[in-house]
Amino acid sequence: MSAAANDIKIEIRDLTMAYGSFIVMRGINARIKSGEIFIIMGGSGCGKSTLLRQMIGLKEPAQGDIFYDGVPFWKSSDQARQKSLRSFGVAFQGGALWSSMTLAENIGLPLGEYTDLSATEIADIARLKLALVGLKGFEDYYPAEISGGMCKRAGLARALALDPEILFFDEPSAGLDPISSRNLDQLILQLRDSLGATFVVVTHELQSIFAIGDNSVFLDSNTRTMRAQGNPRDLLKNSADPYVREFLTRGEPAAKPTAELNPV
Amino acid sequence: MNCEPTDARLTLRRSESGSLLLELAGDWLARAGLPGIDSVEKELAAGGGASAIEFNTIGLRRWNSGLMTFILKCHDLCQNNKLEFRVETLPVAVAKLIGLSQVVPEKKDAVRMVTHAPILQRVGESALKEWSGVKGMLAFTGENVLAFLKMLRGRAQFRWADAFLVMQECGPQALGIVALINFLIGLILAFVGATQLTRFGASIYVADLVGIATVREMGCIMTGIIICGRTGAAFAAQLGTMKVNQEIEAFQTFGISPVEFLVLPRMIALIAMMPLLCLFADLISIAGGFLISTAMLHITPALYIHRTIEAITLTSFLLGVFKGMYFGVLIALTGCLRGIQCGTNAAAVGEATTSAVVTGITAIIASDGLFAVICNALHI
Repeated sequence: MSAAANDIKIEIRDLTMAYGSFIVMRGINARIKSGEIFIIMGGSGCGKSTLLRQMIGLKEPAQGDIFYDGVPFWKSSDQARQKSLRSFGVAFQGGALWSSMTLAENIGLPLGEYTDLSATEIADIARLKLALVGLKGFEDYYPAEISGGMCKRAGLARALALDPEILFFDEPSAGLDPISSRNLDQLILQLRDSLGATFVVVTHELQSIFAIGDNSVFLDSNTRTMRAQGNPRDLLKNSADPYVREFLTRGEPAAKPTAELNPV
Repeated sequence: MNCEPTDARLTLRRSESGSLLLELAGDWLARAGLPGIDSVEKELAAGGGASAIEFNTIGLRRWNSGLMTFILKCHDLCQNNKLEFRVETLPVAVAKLIGLSQVVPEKKDAVRMVTHAPILQRVGESALKEWSGVKGMLAFTGENVLAFLKMLRGRAQFRWADAFLVMQECGPQALGIVALINFLIGLILAFVGATQLTRFGASIYVADLVGIATVREMGCIMTGIIICGRTGAAFAAQLGTMKVNQEIEAFQTFGISPVEFLVLPRMIALIAMMPLLCLFADLISIAGGFLISTAMLHITPALYIHRTIEAITLTSFLLGVFKGMYFGVLIALTGCLRGIQCGTNAAAVGEATTSAVVTGITAIIASDGLFAVICNALHI
């Protein structure tokens, strides 16, 4: 394998997503380099989260496959898939913290299952991960006792537990105030810079998209395929597609007027 | 990439500038047996202190959280002992992460203090908690009575469609399990009765025993317990999940009373269905007794039916059916109460369901005992 090919961390090849016979999206292709922040964007209900679910092994694609480090994900054995999963960290939209466990226990659970660390070492790592997301001192809190934004950050801390190579993040800024949302973007950038991990982020928050995105794919539910890809800032400047430009400018005057409306 | 990890090594050295030099080498990957902070602490204590801690990471290969927790402890150690922490001697990425972990200061008041209250206080607190539980139950019952009166005046906010749906779920769909259990109860009663009564040559009275026991007690109790476990639990789980999703609060913001909209249809459904289920249970249970008596005790079918009709009075029959209806109210009340009182997480839904079934069955058995006493006093 050449050096350039080695640099591709994730490759989505000709992916078709379907629910039964209903095709949500087809013909998705993307190459994500190691250390990149890759944005999956598009209007509400266009299949962003479905694509994410296929990437993290929750839903099998109807066609095509996703390659991690050149290894096919869905066409491999269950064991190989499990092994790939170990190098993932997934931060869910609402945090999806296990409500019967404290934050430290939430982070400690995967460590207890997959490493031979002692209880004190696990507690140290949990403390570190919570400190990284700005939740130092909240180890013994239950998810119900902290705010939604804190749950989100704690979810990120849990995703970081096993030092993942790839971090998936579903709607990091949804439901956060602008400042928290910006802080979370900064956190993602800092984590990427220091951990060298690859990020896949589902979002439709324009400010986040431009602040953190290195690469992106734009999904469209009308054409049922991806409509653009590349660095979001370049797309804003250079995209020939009026719908993509409209999306990236919130449909405000700078864009050419189009008859087509955003799908609700 | 996949080479075997080498051991992480930590060497302590004194540098000429009076600082403690930590030489980190090998793979510092999170796993058991990484060097701990205690050797650094010991060295600091033994060597008469140092002015700073610095690092040499030339031999360091791969690292992850295993290294980070160690460095973070060194950082904390420096802060506690007022030493200089030479962060610039660390690899850039590690230094950045350490910086990141220090951005938000520890929230001191966030750390939980586990306090042990004296035993008297704890007893008092749990008594008060129980009392507020009782008050909550009374208030909920009161709300339901008011909602019921409102419904009688035709002004309650609820949909009959919901009530019919619940009726279908707790009535016809429960027929199978109610039939099975009560048929077996009929068999068991007949067996137990037969072994005792044949000794006196009075095996014909098995029909009386099965008939009276079923119609007055077993039919409604068994049906109550089945429906409590089946429907009461479903009510608690459903309302509990709605509570977790803030659906109940959504009703309140529209000015719709959750008691009227959610509890009332369930109550009506059980009030309508429980007597019918009891009737069905009585019939099936007597059929069970009939089977044993005719097949094993050689009582003719006509005689058995005759004895059964003789034994069952209208009062006993109505008493059983009324008790069934009353148990229906208890099941709806406990199931819905526990659902509405549910906390806001997944575990709370489980607790609410458990508590609904336990409370419901206890209430059914206890009130049946009360009924027995009242009937005895009234000579019914």
